[in-house]
Amino acid sequence: MIAGRVLILAALFISAGVQAEPLPSGTSFLSEELKARQADEAANPGMLWVDEGARLWATPQGAAGKACASCHGADAASMRGVATRYPAVDAESGDLLNLEGRINLCRTRHQEVEPYAYETDQLLGLTAFVARQSLGMPVQVETGGTAAPFYAAGEAFFHRRQGQLNLSCAQCHDDNAGRSLRGDTISHGLGNGYPAYRLEWQSVGSLQRRLRSCSYGVRAVQFDYGSPDYLALELYLAKRAEGVAIETPAIRR
Amino acid sequence: MALAQARVSMPAEARRGEILEIKALIRHPMETGYRVDSRGQPIPRHIVRRFAVAYDGEEVFRMDMTQGVAANPFIAFSTVATRTGELVFTWEDDRGEVVTVRKSLTVTE
Repeated sequence: MIAGRVLILAALFISAGVQAEPLPSGTSFLSEELKARQADEAANPGMLWVDEGARLWATPQGAAGKACASCHGADAASMRGVATRYPAVDAESGDLLNLEGRINLCRTRHQEVEPYAYETDQLLGLTAFVARQSLGMPVQVETGGTAAPFYAAGEAFFHRRQGQLNLSCAQCHDDNAGRSLRGDTISHGLGNGYPAYRLEWQSVGSLQRRLRSCSYGVRAVQFDYGSPDYLALELYLAKRAEGVAIETPAIRR
Repeated sequence: MALAQARVSMPAEARRGEILEIKALIRHPMETGYRVDSRGQPIPRHIVRRFAVAYDGEEVFRMDMTQGVAANPFIAFSTVATRTGELVFTWEDDRGEVVTVRKSLTVTE
């Protein structure tokens, strides 16, 4: 009995003291050829969007006549590590913002110009360009404080059964990750490669576009781009990806 | 996306006789012409028909493409460094649009 208690206590100490291994990135389910293509800047088609983002970064826009570079610097070094911290709560408005949302807020707040629509080449390009500056850096988002209610909402979303197939995200991406689904392999549902070049789309797309595809897959409601539901889910997914390196623009099937 | 449509990767310098690996990537929808839009109207074909590379004025690589090629075609090929000169990469599509990228190559003995 006492020995049993000691064992339980020891197990508790181990679980509290040792950091869990990060989950494997979606890249680990790609073929060797696709992994090589993702890693090669000359071959990764997502880099075409990064180029577009670099061009926009330096282009003055709006009533303020400012480019991103006017505030942040021409070489974008100031963006290093930024993507690892998103989604994050904007201190001024109290809203949860993903990287796309932050870029659009910069546009309205500082450049005095219309925000880009979701999934435009411009917004995808700038987001990919900014995230690219954090290449190889581990995801590390804030989930406490003002972010706590958003995180709780995202976690609840992940575990809620939805749609005609009555499936939760967790049933695929926790319980069955690494197993096959219709000739493909289920990933752990991490967003560390997004915006990513998806072969099915033959284009770069945002994480929200991928989430909409998942909703469609289980025949559930597809929320609007930038909806609070998907934003909260993005935060939860980022927490799941803690310690996993940013790979934007990754290649996904 | 006109200004950032294509990426070409190759060494800027090489020794004479060295084999160069050259990679070229272009943003293009490669619309087959076999698809219809959400109203059932056919989407016109729009593909890159031809990709050609001239090395110091001489054609060293050419590729005629068809609808079987996926969007944003990536082409890798090799050529031999013979003399210092310019490589001119040209993509030509169905709408007559031409994208040209120029890269200089310095060849040492």
